[in-house]
Amino acid sequence: MRPRYTLWVSARKDSGSAWFLGGLAAIVVAVSLLNLVVPASSPLHISSYGLTLTGKYLCYALLALAVDLIWGYCGILSLGHAAFFSLGGYAMGMYLMREIGPRGVYGDPVLPDFMVFLNWKSLPWFWYGFNHFSFALLMIVLVPGGLAFAFGWFAFRSRVTGVYLSIITQALTYALMLAFFRNDMGFGGNNGFTDFKDILGFNLGSDRVHVALLVITAIMLGASYLVCRMIVASRAGRVIRAIRDAESRTRFLGYRVESFKLWIFVFSAVLAGIAGALYVPQIGIINPSEFSPINSIEIVIWVAVGGRGTLYGAAAGAVLVNYAKTYFTSALPEVWSYALGALFVLVTLFLSRGIIGLLSGRLKKRKRAGQFQIQADRPEPSEE
Amino acid sequence: MSARGKTLSIERVTVSFDGFKALNDLTLQIEPGELRCIIGPNGAGKTTMMDVITGKTRPDSGTVRFGPKLNLLSLSEPEIAQAGIGRKFQKPTVFERLTVFENLELALAGDKSFLKTLFARTTGAQMKRINDVLDIIGLVEQQQMFGGELSHGQKQWLEIGMLLMQNPELLLVDEPVAGMTPQEIERTAALLQSLEGEHSVVVVEHDMEFVRSIAKRVTVLHEGRVLAEGDMNQVQSDPRVIEVYLGG
Repeated sequence: MRPRYTLWVSARKDSGSAWFLGGLAAIVVAVSLLNLVVPASSPLHISSYGLTLTGKYLCYALLALAVDLIWGYCGILSLGHAAFFSLGGYAMGMYLMREIGPRGVYGDPVLPDFMVFLNWKSLPWFWYGFNHFSFALLMIVLVPGGLAFAFGWFAFRSRVTGVYLSIITQALTYALMLAFFRNDMGFGGNNGFTDFKDILGFNLGSDRVHVALLVITAIMLGASYLVCRMIVASRAGRVIRAIRDAESRTRFLGYRVESFKLWIFVFSAVLAGIAGALYVPQIGIINPSEFSPINSIEIVIWVAVGGRGTLYGAAAGAVLVNYAKTYFTSALPEVWSYALGALFVLVTLFLSRGIIGLLSGRLKKRKRAGQFQIQADRPEPSEE
Repeated sequence: MSARGKTLSIERVTVSFDGFKALNDLTLQIEPGELRCIIGPNGAGKTTMMDVITGKTRPDSGTVRFGPKLNLLSLSEPEIAQAGIGRKFQKPTVFERLTVFENLELALAGDKSFLKTLFARTTGAQMKRINDVLDIIGLVEQQQMFGGELSHGQKQWLEIGMLLMQNPELLLVDEPVAGMTPQEIERTAALLQSLEGEHSVVVVEHDMEFVRSIAKRVTVLHEGRVLAEGDMNQVQSDPRVIEVYLGG
């Protein structure tokens, strides 16, 4: 019999998880203290911009985690996860817009500025309820999750796989982008939502609120990481990897491959939606360009660079690539897209397991060589 | 679980692909506990027959029943697997990036819904079943190796082991000894024979020596229908069989 707390035991033995969670805590504590406690005159001080940037990276890390779960473990290459991220973001944005209340430029107590500008007389029905934070939270989960469920239901049942599925997910996010660009959709057209004032009464202009949001983001990231870890360590996780490696074999063993794919896809979409919802109040804007197909492709690059199928590798990849992006887009703006493309090609060709694979490769190789040594020393019991 | 030992009856099944009849009015019966070998030249319909039984291909006409009541043509692939029919593919397909132990664990009989597997714990009885099967297929020492690290023969045995985990009433085995060394072939013969009586086993195989060494009853397929049936000597002396298959 296995001990009851195998998961906990294996989590403690899992040095990758320890490094990831420890590193996450260290970054958040350091950034918060360097912003709040260290005076602005000190060179060690982290500005509001740096604080926001850290929050953004962590949201992207959560998004990368979501993509790694379905791509790295289940083999579903979604090129549409930015859509779920954006929908979560829009749901949060709708709450933040209604929270502005009469403080908008036009001073309408109910209607957001862009609706007044469009001469709308009343709030569209789908904006009802978003004045309540709890309703917005529900929508942050239900809208991306519901879309993923509907999409996955048809796609997986029709056994759409591989590159065809990837193309449909691109089409999905592209279609949503075009729809959200339209003014009469009621989501602010190409300007989207911005000029937020506060969240639950806390001023979004204050560093303290941003530190709180950063801490909440880190907690969500850590908790999501642990839940993902639990899923991949469970028997369901092994079924998912089995689907990735030999789908029809898994089906013949009696597993309903479609339903495993569907639930993992929905869960992943919900994580992406939560990431988007955490992103919007920290960045202060959401607009339809978040849906653009290139964004979804970038997520896949983060995961590939970090190392897919490890979870923490994906999160680390998201932070590293975006840090590089922040640096290069200000230092050498015209080079960035080429650098990103080259990075992806190089990683695909030479580092199939990403940076994490490179780091753990040497250690593992030594360990496995030892194992084979032991096996080679043992006499083959099966053959005379 | 229903009572063990059901008869598989295929009656007047026809499958055509673009006008070509892969199965042509095929009628065949497999008795409970029987070890049956199916031979036939390429294109005789052996693989198509397996596809029809496991639900991968739907026939144009005919019936396939498992036991007196169960109509296999109305079931999906996973439902057929759960009804007690296991299939071993021609090419060994084990899960290469899971260990031998995990491969067998996933093949355990039981509830296979997402939520159940998410919270599943391997019970003592299940552990025993896994260890028993490891013993039968002779991979006890290799249980922590990855599927992808096994030799070709070991992969075939692991796959047979995965079928045994589900304790199927009927086992379909597609070309089990292709590419095996003589020692591996010998062990595979012993393994399949040890299953006879406990499970119905249908073996599709090209290797005549192997078929002769295990088969009591042989069916020859040709152009999608049964050409001859009987023990190996009867079949080999049948003039029609000699003409289409063994004669050359």
